[in-house]
Amino acid sequence: MARLNMVQALNSAMDVMLERDQSVIVFGQDIGYFGGVFRCTDGLQRKYGAHRVVDAPIAEGGIVGTSIGMAVNGLRPVAEIQFADYIYPGFDQIVSELAKLRYRTAGDFFAPVTIRTPCGGGIRGGQTHSQSPEGLFTHVNGIKVIMPSNPYDAKGLLINAIEDDDPVIFFEPKRIYNGPFSGYPDAPAQAWNTHPKSEVPEGYYTLPFGRAEIVRPGADVTLLCYGTMVHVAESAATLAEVDAEIIDLRSLVPLDTDTIIESVKKTGRCVITHEATKFGGFGAELAAIVQEQCFYHLEAPVLRVAGWDTPYPHAFEWDYFPGPKRVAAALQEVLEGP
Amino acid sequence: MDLTNATMLRMFEQMTRIREFDERAALLMEQARVHGSVHLYCGEEAIAVGVCEALNQDDYITSTHRGHGHLIAKGGDVERMYAELFAKATGYNGGKGGSMHMAALDLGIIGANGIVAAGLPIGLGVAFASQYQENDRVTVCFFGDGATNEGAFHEAMNMASILKAPMVFVCENNGYGEWSKTESQTSVTDIADRAASYSMPGTIVDGMDIAAVHEAAIEAIARARSGGGPSLLECKTYRFYDHVGRDFGVLQRDPQEIARWRARDPIKLWREELIAQGVFDGKTADEITAAIAASMESAIARAEQAPDPTPEALYTDVYSETQV
Ligand SMILES: Cc1ncc(C[n+]2csc(CCOP(=O)(O)OP(=O)(O)O)c2C)c(N)n1
Ligand SMILES: [Mg+2]
Repeated sequence: MARLNMVQALNSAMDVMLERDQSVIVFGQDIGYFGGVFRCTDGLQRKYGAHRVVDAPIAEGGIVGTSIGMAVNGLRPVAEIQFADYIYPGFDQIVSELAKLRYRTAGDFFAPVTIRTPCGGGIRGGQTHSQSPEGLFTHVNGIKVIMPSNPYDAKGLLINAIEDDDPVIFFEPKRIYNGPFSGYPDAPAQAWNTHPKSEVPEGYYTLPFGRAEIVRPGADVTLLCYGTMVHVAESAATLAEVDAEIIDLRSLVPLDTDTIIESVKKTGRCVITHEATKFGGFGAELAAIVQEQCFYHLEAPVLRVAGWDTPYPHAFEWDYFPGPKRVAAALQEVLEGP
Repeated sequence: MDLTNATMLRMFEQMTRIREFDERAALLMEQARVHGSVHLYCGEEAIAVGVCEALNQDDYITSTHRGHGHLIAKGGDVERMYAELFAKATGYNGGKGGSMHMAALDLGIIGANGIVAAGLPIGLGVAFASQYQENDRVTVCFFGDGATNEGAFHEAMNMASILKAPMVFVCENNGYGEWSKTESQTSVTDIADRAASYSMPGTIVDGMDIAAVHEAAIEAIARARSGGGPSLLECKTYRFYDHVGRDFGVLQRDPQEIARWRARDPIKLWREELIAQGVFDGKTADEITAAIAASMESAIARAEQAPDPTPEALYTDVYSETQV
């Protein structure tokens, strides 16, 4: 066991897989010689060589498309798109090719591509460095969508993604790369090393997709979240003094509906929170599932606390961000009424 | 080429303005007084100024993540620019855009852009509209060497050539895209070579020599304006600082490489040239620089004190009418 932050845990996952499996290739802008803007691939090119940890030009469509070809021909590329905000030039290759290849060839071809990409706000990044576009990808059938909230999960899930025979978009909430985030921007920065989930095995292990984790059991209301919002949710439950059951989804596609349904049937109430904008977001899917499966157990409307339906703003970052106060208000509302 | 003293002086002032602006923007970022990070234009001033001095007020530019210099060269007001960095209501975008998205339609500044190469097809569309409206305006797209590896660059170049769009593609080849050397990312040594694939002229110019940039820009712009179609101007240059801010703290470039380029600081070269030509003496040059520096300080002070946008402004401008 070692104490790792999320960057180190992700680095370790790639290190382990490069070592174990000759077909693994790491590929992206400034990931090799430089080691990645967020340092996630630091040292890997030195260790495994430039033929396995490959620097790419600024060409996201090319990076994704090339990864598909590599994967079809027996490799397991782990592509990095430096910010999720830069993924759109590659969106066509993801949606039209990567997601559909298996289906259109009736299973003859498949493309085990992992696309790692940092997402989310809270870093004063403005509209092209803060987005949470997971909902754009959960809507596309044929790709899996993962977002870890801590170092232990990050490593286990990334190894699982690399070994998975399906394409995976692996979102890394950059606000929590170096420490968990309470949701209070003026509070002193926290480090991972006192968090239990910073204990990470040094070698190989995997965490399966499709399993949510109950990070805080509770009786009164189910709080569904993922990524950075898991930590904000904990602050919110404390602030609201509500016995919330906080569920970290971890894997959006495939989704652990059983854990969600069981929890909501128990608590009778549900609040959903994500950083992404609300309208048509992943929270809408969650709310629909809860409504379909738990309707007769519900004692209050299902509420969503999300980013406002605007581009990610330059000013007003903390008005936009669904912080503890807004989540706490929703927790209180489902318990006490508006 | 014969430039009037007034033009030469204005070029010196504009380059100095950009330098003084960005040196201070860097400090403000380090002190976390502005929101977000800034990509500094220091070292590349001769390109923005040399090109924009050849444009008319009502011509257009598109810019990049490293856009402060382009904005100032096209007439941007530094106080409103600082205010945008501070996310103030008085900023160019009312605090909604920030460093990488500043735009000012009345100055023909279609906008900086946080997405590499995004400005190229947009610039082409702007040029197409000018052609359609028969209004004689020219569009200049500024972009880096790294941007020429994006599909958007190639799509825009090809279409611009077919449409004979009244525009100039100005590549600022500073030898790097983020931390990667250009030669490790790009299949050509000279970006200008890429013009041949799109049947347009590609010219290489010393991007540290403002007179050379200016002369080449005048020719390319005249060609665009007279219906001769687009061309590509590659300016060889160097950024004095790191990709983002002054020092990202991870990878240092070869100090000798930096020193070599620093010795060809475009502002220093131009200052020497103007002294040699008797446009001013060293003392006057120092006074001009000091006055510009002082004006930056007061612009920062005023911008930082300016009002924040009201919370309601968060929801406006998403659609033509505010949705509730
Ligand atoms: C589509 C997209 N991909 C990646 C990035 C990240 N990025 C920002 S600037 C930059 C380098 C650009 O290099 P170049 O075009 O040479 O401009 P320079 O920074 O050297 O002026 C990169 C990769 C981005 N902003 N947008
Ligand atoms: Mg460059």
